[in-house]
Amino acid sequence: MSILLDASTSTLIQGFTGRIGTFHSAEMREYGTKIVGGVTPGKGGTTHDGLPVFNTVKGAVDETGAEASIVFVPPPFAADAIMEAADAGIKLCICITDGIPARDMIRVKRYMRRYRQDNRMRLIGPNCAGVISPGKAMLGIMPGHIYMPGRVGIVGRSGTLGYEAASQLKSFGIGVSTSVGIGGDPINGSSFKDILELFEADPETDGVMMIGEIGGPQEAEAAEYIRDHMSKPVVAYVAGLSAPKGKRMGHAGAIISAFGESAQEKVVILKSADVTIAPNPSELGSTMADILARLGKVA
Amino acid sequence: MDIHEYQAKELLTGFGIQVPRGGLAYSPEQATYRAREIGGSKWVVKAQIHSGARGKAGGVQMCSNDREIWDTAETLLGSRLVTHQTGPRGKVVYRLYVEEALDIKQELYVGFVLDRKSERIMVVASAAGGMEIEDITADRPDTLMGVTIEPAVGMQEFQAREIAFGLGLESSLIGEAARTLLGCYKAFEELDASMVEINPLVVTGDNRLIALDAKMSFDDNALFRVPQVSELRDKSQEDPRETYAADRGLSYVGLEGEIGCIINGAGLAMATLDMIKLEGGEPANFLDIGGGASPERVVKAFKAVLADDKVQALLVNVFAGINRCDWVAEGVVKACHETDVNVPVVVRLAGTHVEEGRAILRESGLDITIASSLAEAAKSAVSAWRSATKH
Repeated sequence: MSILLDASTSTLIQGFTGRIGTFHSAEMREYGTKIVGGVTPGKGGTTHDGLPVFNTVKGAVDETGAEASIVFVPPPFAADAIMEAADAGIKLCICITDGIPARDMIRVKRYMRRYRQDNRMRLIGPNCAGVISPGKAMLGIMPGHIYMPGRVGIVGRSGTLGYEAASQLKSFGIGVSTSVGIGGDPINGSSFKDILELFEADPETDGVMMIGEIGGPQEAEAAEYIRDHMSKPVVAYVAGLSAPKGKRMGHAGAIISAFGESAQEKVVILKSADVTIAPNPSELGSTMADILARLGKVA
Repeated sequence: MDIHEYQAKELLTGFGIQVPRGGLAYSPEQATYRAREIGGSKWVVKAQIHSGARGKAGGVQMCSNDREIWDTAETLLGSRLVTHQTGPRGKVVYRLYVEEALDIKQELYVGFVLDRKSERIMVVASAAGGMEIEDITADRPDTLMGVTIEPAVGMQEFQAREIAFGLGLESSLIGEAARTLLGCYKAFEELDASMVEINPLVVTGDNRLIALDAKMSFDDNALFRVPQVSELRDKSQEDPRETYAADRGLSYVGLEGEIGCIINGAGLAMATLDMIKLEGGEPANFLDIGGGASPERVVKAFKAVLADDKVQALLVNVFAGINRCDWVAEGVVKACHETDVNVPVVVRLAGTHVEEGRAILRESGLDITIASSLAEAAKSAVSAWRSATKH
């Protein structure tokens, strides 16, 4: 079993009938993802691309028994869509939307705490590329064909840098169990540590590639977790060595505003937790290949 | 988005925060007129630029007559102030703020930020105001107080009182201090700020509590719903290269080097910049063209990067996911024809339709170096820059 999703995970598309939702749901279905319908308020009762459309997430869950949802709703309404999913009993929600105000995400995170931990929806993103378990299912916007099925987990903030990692691994014959984009926003649903916990418990993952970047405390938090709780090897890279302080580098969360948030400082923190650091972004694959070979694990 | 001190004070006044009497000036004449309007015998002339630490750069001057105000205004207006926050290019002063000088008894620090660890708004306060928060953290950590705000109910009065007492204020000022703190919180919330800083918040000789300086930044993602904030944007304070790109919907950050960069995805862009640096080059910019890069968008990106005349070489690195390499290649060819590209161009394509993309570049007859990996791309770009500039 990969983490988070496989071919049997039944999924709803929130923001189904829009241009982006339409395009990506077709891509995901083609990859083998089990899409059971979509939600667009006001279009309930119709069908779109041969699938039922519902007015509310609750209505869609009642009819289809969906366990997961993926959100393509525009930024002003996306937080509301996430909370609707949480309230409807969705277990896994992946939010692709980029541009959600931070204040809305504070509210979302607070709202989700109304549910007991074992009953709480898991949110991935926002502003992320999604999740793929190669060969099984994809809930995201990544090019599925660059991922080879295998036993290395990938977790990163960035979409394209994650593709870069997967393709470098592939060139060494190393496949991926699951790749998770946690997104580039300052407040996100799942942290590096949250995903590392899942990989550590996953019998089909042998090692993890963690791709961090400047800004925020989540890499440091992950370092602590890796040092104290992880038995599997982790290779890390932190993007943004050349980023000036106080400048936002594309992602809303990629900004050095406090002590410990620069790439250099994060590398030091990860090294002190005995995490293997890829010396540069073109050696993500080779560093992981070396580690796996040393441990006698074959890709 | 950042705004000026005088704009922050104007906004905060609407939330009940007391500020010194002051007025805006665009000329020496206006500055002296403002001083007369305010009255009194001592004034402070403050350069309005988007940066802290203006005092150290000479941007805040005490004046006691018309002559001094006139001379200070004349010197400051049009000058370029360089602080540790502006970068080496500094920021030009186009506006001055003239304020009454106050008799200051005590200086405090109050800041509201988004704390990414607790994912909540956090209030930071210290009795050691007047110095920068970095210095307070380093030199006077014993004076720091932090309180996080529960988002479901917002900041409570007891929290404001706790901070007020913690600052060591006399009891007659506790109520006013709590009102000030709650007002700042309300402004932060209602205006979608990412930072509100009053430093210093002062106690005057006649026991009033006044925001002597004020700084506010806002969440770019929320500007669509706070028009009263977004209209305060001052393009003169932005890097002109960034303004040009932002107005065309590109995510661009100006840097100090000479290698121009066009990349898709923020993470890959940062990683590419890192590779250039490791190869011994310096990037001229960060530019993320985004997911669906049409040929037109690539052309726009070329124009934005080449608008910086320091650029001596250009690197395009695109890992196409939803995008397609052949579209990107078409864009590159189009851009080379439409813009006056007189610097070496290195292109690395990967992902969807990569072979078609490379074929388009090869068959274009243009002098483009095609790289197959990230490492090769950075190496080629740096060596192209070296031979173009004899570095």
